[in-house]
Amino acid sequence: MRFVDEFRDAEKAQVLSGQIAALCEPGRHYSFMEVCGGHTHTIYKHGLEDYLPESVSLVHGPGCPVCVIPMGRLDDAIYISEQPDVIMTSFGDMMRVPGGKGSFFDSKAKGADIRMVYSPLDSLKIARANPDKKVVFMAIGFETTAPSTAMTVLRAAADGLENFSIFCNHVTIIPAIKAILDSPDMRLDGFLGPGHVSTVIGCKPYEFIARDHHKPLVCAGFEPLDILASIYQLMVQLRDGRCEVENQYTRVVPWDGNLKALQVINEVMELRPYFEWRGLGFISHSALKVREEYAKFDAEEIFKIPGIRVADPKACQCGEVLKGVIKPWECKVFGTACTPETPIGTCMVSPEGACAAYYNFGRFTRERVKEATRA
Amino acid sequence: MCLGIPGEVIELLDRPDLAKVNVSGVRRAINIGLLENENVQPGDWILIHVGFALSKIDEDEAAAALAFLEGIGTAYTDELDALAESNIE
Ligand code: SF4
Repeated sequence: MRFVDEFRDAEKAQVLSGQIAALCEPGRHYSFMEVCGGHTHTIYKHGLEDYLPESVSLVHGPGCPVCVIPMGRLDDAIYISEQPDVIMTSFGDMMRVPGGKGSFFDSKAKGADIRMVYSPLDSLKIARANPDKKVVFMAIGFETTAPSTAMTVLRAAADGLENFSIFCNHVTIIPAIKAILDSPDMRLDGFLGPGHVSTVIGCKPYEFIARDHHKPLVCAGFEPLDILASIYQLMVQLRDGRCEVENQYTRVVPWDGNLKALQVINEVMELRPYFEWRGLGFISHSALKVREEYAKFDAEEIFKIPGIRVADPKACQCGEVLKGVIKPWECKVFGTACTPETPIGTCMVSPEGACAAYYNFGRFTRERVKEATRA
Repeated sequence: MCLGIPGEVIELLDRPDLAKVNVSGVRRAINIGLLENENVQPGDWILIHVGFALSKIDEDEAAAALAFLEGIGTAYTDELDALAESNIE
């Protein structure tokens, strides 16, 4: 059955592939950025680039929240976890991310109490069970996870919990896209908009991309056919000389997003004046912090974090990868010094990271062969 | 953490923001507080991120999303293992 399904999909993919090719103007090159790490994963897993004509290329964007956390923030988190009576809790994805002084896993091995949780609510439960400890949740993610963190803080407040706080590292997708659009080395023809972030923020926040930057954006689902269909929609817009925000993923993404989720984020958090992104540097109004009204739940207030700043390792080219300036395998340490087991950069850690996606699906060897035969 | 996983609501629990949900055979309490205005009922399918339902989806989408997730391997099984450990209340 599976085989039949896949076969049918492959056929549909071929049809879309042909339609995309038919829309290519001779001599013109098209680059589209997939903003979301989930899309990067699908593209490499299914070798979607093989379905695209030579003149259409996909560029990976910054949409993997684990990949954009700067090393200094992780060192701050490790500092918190080393304070007396602290239990640090984190999503599994964060555990292997290297900071300036090692990862959560390294600190745990040295005796810090760091526990993996599935949900911030699990962290809240640990706080209830350990009233004599200070339980901190390492909050990361784009708008897909920010409402969950905010709901958890509201719950902690309603229950009058005194020993729970969050170390807030939530980032917002729009300023990152803006930074990329403003970056001088960037020549993009359009965007595949993130699927799940958009279930929360909806499609409207992308309108400036079409209006001010004259680039089309299509919110895309995660299956191979979704991505090909979205690329097709982008190509049709370019052919017609249109720049609009379109929603290919209407099955899941409502145009207005999830208003309740936006409202709880706004209740608990506010924009920081600026935040450092790994590889992209400081971006203004690009991350969230806990509002003063909820300062009791803000680990940054409670622990007076040192605010460590660490330069990225010299060998690391994650910044260029996150901006789509180079392909992962063009990084000098890719697959040699930097692998998923011993990551140097964050893009190699999370399965949504562009480097990990390349590495895991072995695409790079083939890319290199292609390059070599071209040269 | 970034994976949205579909689950079927099997039972509403005594707290208004909690429901028991079946996710690929794992039955866990999931917070449905973000869908407060959507009148979630048993039999509905929802898309779950880190223990919270973010949107209601239809059954076809759920089936397609599951088939896709099953195909991506460890990223999904890790997420399910984490969910199985979870104990939200
Ligand atoms: S190979 Fe490693 S260091 Fe190089 S860009 Fe990728 S994650 Fe960063």
